[in-house]
Amino acid sequence: MEILYLLIPLSLVLVFLIAAVFWWAVKSGQFDDLEGPAYRILMDDDSPVASRPEGDGKGAVEQKVDLDQGI
Amino acid sequence: MEAQSTYNYKVVRQFAIMTVVWGIVGMLVGVVIAAQLIWPNLNFEPWLTYGRLRPLHTNAVIFAFGGSALFASAYYIVQRTCHARLFSDKLAAFTFWGWQLVILAAAITLPLGITTGKEYAELEWPIDILITLVWVAYAVVFFGTILKRKTPHIYVANWFFGAFILAIALLHIVNSAELPVSLWKSYSAYAGVQDAMVEWWYGHNAVGFFLTAGFLGMMYYFVPKQAGRPVYSYRLSVVHFWALIFTYMWAGPHHLEYTALPDWAQSLGMVFSLILLAPSWGGMINGIMTLSGAWGKLRTDPILKFLVTSLSFYGMSTFEGPMMSIKTVNALSHYTEWVIGHVHSGALGWVAMITIGSMYYLIPRLFGRESMYSVKLITVHFWVATIGVVLYIVALWIAGVAEGLMWRASNPDGTLVYSFAEVVKAMYPFYTIRLVGGLMFFGGMLIMAYNTWKTVAGQKPVEALIPAAVHA
Repeated sequence: MEILYLLIPLSLVLVFLIAAVFWWAVKSGQFDDLEGPAYRILMDDDSPVASRPEGDGKGAVEQKVDLDQGI
Repeated sequence: MEAQSTYNYKVVRQFAIMTVVWGIVGMLVGVVIAAQLIWPNLNFEPWLTYGRLRPLHTNAVIFAFGGSALFASAYYIVQRTCHARLFSDKLAAFTFWGWQLVILAAAITLPLGITTGKEYAELEWPIDILITLVWVAYAVVFFGTILKRKTPHIYVANWFFGAFILAIALLHIVNSAELPVSLWKSYSAYAGVQDAMVEWWYGHNAVGFFLTAGFLGMMYYFVPKQAGRPVYSYRLSVVHFWALIFTYMWAGPHHLEYTALPDWAQSLGMVFSLILLAPSWGGMINGIMTLSGAWGKLRTDPILKFLVTSLSFYGMSTFEGPMMSIKTVNALSHYTEWVIGHVHSGALGWVAMITIGSMYYLIPRLFGRESMYSVKLITVHFWVATIGVVLYIVALWIAGVAEGLMWRASNPDGTLVYSFAEVVKAMYPFYTIRLVGGLMFFGGMLIMAYNTWKTVAGQKPVEALIPAAVHA
């Protein structure tokens, strides 16, 4: 089973890489707010009418920006 | 910065429309090969035999239908959640045309019998190289967009898409290592059981990252958006992501139980498969509970019906999978129709249904409509598809268990009770029910195609504006 000499080290390297990305994500504050992001995608109004500047979308956009600043 | 004030919807539109087209093509081939099992006379030699059409079916539904859906939704979601236009329009266009070329090449070479013989990686080396180029471009466009994002947070769906893109790149390169001997023939760099191990390391992780992680990205965006509610627990979705990618990589050996693979490697595959139940069900519950307090919407909204039903099938097949990986269960289920039933509970119930729901959400938004041409037709599609999947899975459950029991039945003197042909004969009624189920699911796709045509015909493509970033 020489193939395991490739696959197992590959998995180990991968786990370390994943751990490094996880470390980066934690340190850079990706997970500081675990409530807001769920709401933020809902405030992004992607209905075709509202995405025009004078539509309802504008209010939602301003609200969203406020939330961003809160981070 | 003001020059680029719109999202790139063009490439999303292209992939979204091709999702519907390839869904129909891929499922039609599936219906044909299901019919061939009942009526062997439908095998037209040499190009249209079961052996050549089956890889065409799997490639078309996984990579053409599923792949186009993943490209479309990843490009849409990464732009909308990052408030940024795609990193490069040209590269994005290259991924679209390159991917279509890969599919076209598959549709030509597979019936001609040009194949590597590796399941889900049948395409020969020139096409493998094209896939690699397209995939690198996909990664550059996706991660480039993440890097230029205007929002500090990277939404969880993007993590799933990112993991899917990187994992598929790695799997494809390792598994497709091959030595060409002519333009259309190559030999794998590995041999025997080594090759089998690499093949299923690739094969199962392709299920995990192509057919699961990518579609979970879709789920974490389109379920909350369609329900108009935040995901049940954002915290759980983050845990779901990290738990899934940390533990996924070693489930592959469960495809090789009771083979020449060392016993410990088989057991390792089984243990990792069992572990996977936890993150899978965490994600499933998280998705379904997003509707808590708004269950009433399920009564009236057929798109939500698709999305929530897909999650139920996700839960079901991620329970069934670990169960089938247990060695004692596997001794019965391996090589039987049960496996095909299991795959389709995941592929039709989960992957296709989440895709269909997501496309019904996406297509009107890309073409400037409030909703699809006919909401009633979406409801019809939902019921036709759901009944089709249930018929399909139940028929193959019964067929598979019967097959497994008949194969192992032995007389007191140790001889087998049933010859192989007798077992095949017992499969006929179930093959027929499976064909009916498949036909219903395929019929549902035709309804979707009609509805899509009526929605987009004569519509002006939408140029959606990116919300202006206000920096304090």
